[in-house]
Amino acid sequence: MVEKATFTVKKGLAEMLKGGVIMDVTTPEQAKIAEDAGAVAVMALERVPADIRAQGGVARMSDPAIIEAIMEAVTIPVMAKCRIGHFVEAQILEALGVDYIDESEVLTPADEEHHIDKHQFKVPFVCGCRNLGEALRRIGEGAAMMRTKGEAGTGDVVEAVRHMRRVMSEIRKLASMREDELMAAAKEMQAPYELVVQVAREGKLPVVNFAAGGIATPADAALMMELGADGIFVGSGIFKSDNPAARARAIVDATAHYSDPDILAKVSRGIGEPMRGLAAASLKEEEKLQVRGW
Amino acid sequence: MRVGVLALQGDVAEHLSMTGAAGAEAVEVRYSSQIDGLDGLIIPGGESTTVGKLMERFGFLDEIRKHAARGLGVFGTCTGLILLAREVENSGQVRLGLMDFEVKRNAFGRQVDSFEADIEIPAIGGPPMRAVFIRAPYILSVGPGVEVLARFEDKIVLARQGRHLACAFHPEVTSDTRLHRYFLDTLAGRA
Repeated sequence: MVEKATFTVKKGLAEMLKGGVIMDVTTPEQAKIAEDAGAVAVMALERVPADIRAQGGVARMSDPAIIEAIMEAVTIPVMAKCRIGHFVEAQILEALGVDYIDESEVLTPADEEHHIDKHQFKVPFVCGCRNLGEALRRIGEGAAMMRTKGEAGTGDVVEAVRHMRRVMSEIRKLASMREDELMAAAKEMQAPYELVVQVAREGKLPVVNFAAGGIATPADAALMMELGADGIFVGSGIFKSDNPAARARAIVDATAHYSDPDILAKVSRGIGEPMRGLAAASLKEEEKLQVRGW
Repeated sequence: MRVGVLALQGDVAEHLSMTGAAGAEAVEVRYSSQIDGLDGLIIPGGESTTVGKLMERFGFLDEIRKHAARGLGVFGTCTGLILLAREVENSGQVRLGLMDFEVKRNAFGRQVDSFEADIEIPAIGGPPMRAVFIRAPYILSVGPGVEVLARFEDKIVLARQGRHLACAFHPEVTSDTRLHRYFLDTLAGRA
């Protein structure tokens, strides 16, 4: 029997992206630069997070014409973002045939209580998390891939580090618990009990978990891989830098060889200035994107 | 028997555990110098343009070709199949070209068209195999030295040429080790 859109097929694409870099692009030309650098996928956007942050206003799903032009330009998978809870934007993205939907805190949330019921879609979803409970709630809703939220559009890796360390240490803690402690743990972290039990047994998340939100250099990417990321999203970090093609390639090489400092030193050389960035610690609470999502 | 899994990008961990379960010593291959001394090499599922570029940048292409000439067998799944192909339709992308066939990329469509299905593989025996196809390629045509081992709806999805094996789907994301065992058998001269 032929079956489409099974959970195996949905999370399978994310498995194939492991060890790779997914890059934000806003034009077909940028998408080609990303593909030529060795990106495993691109995220098609109207504005990168740094510009969304700078320009303010309501950030929504991109114009389908932009997404389609990017899908035409490259052979690698194309992802696109919809607002948290905006299932109609997600339906439109599915109709366009994008390969993954990011239900993203970078866009202005459309629902302040509910995320999208992602089980209802054929296209798989990736969602952001800051801790294990949040990750398991999203997986419970049908997400087939996770990423840290970090603090998008800043070029400051500190929040991605915080979120990745938190998720990994909470997994280790669950794995060391007695079976009869897991219900209390599920209650504490507000996560579905069955998924808590699964993580405790297997010692890992049921889906792939990438790092995102503030990665700007090859060293940032390698740091996140060392902390346990399965792969890397780079948003503003590439096309807000001096030399996007060189930086994109260096981040791809650094992600593949994250544990080899000699290679990291070699690929980090002479790739121009990184994005200027914005210290995440200087942001007021209401300026943070990571607090969006529930 | 030592079998390496190319660990540049893709689902490396899955292939390492399947190779071990099939009865070989599984080695993660991060540098081209590690190919020396291997009986077989697996190119995992991943993104073929990415893996091809990384193989080129880090000196794997000639090294693998050189060792293939001395008898190294290569097993490619999905991305690995594309990288083994002599020709890729409408593309000049980097590849090894060790097997005499032409491949079509993303041939079944985009991710929403990805699927799983049971396919008959007489060469491995037993019941049909549950095959997971993810933005999968298929083989358009094969040269005289290539043996077609399985088709799905008339499309060639598994082929062998001497010690090399190429499949369009992902046995590594299931728990069925028969194809990995078959690869080890070809390396040992038992199949």
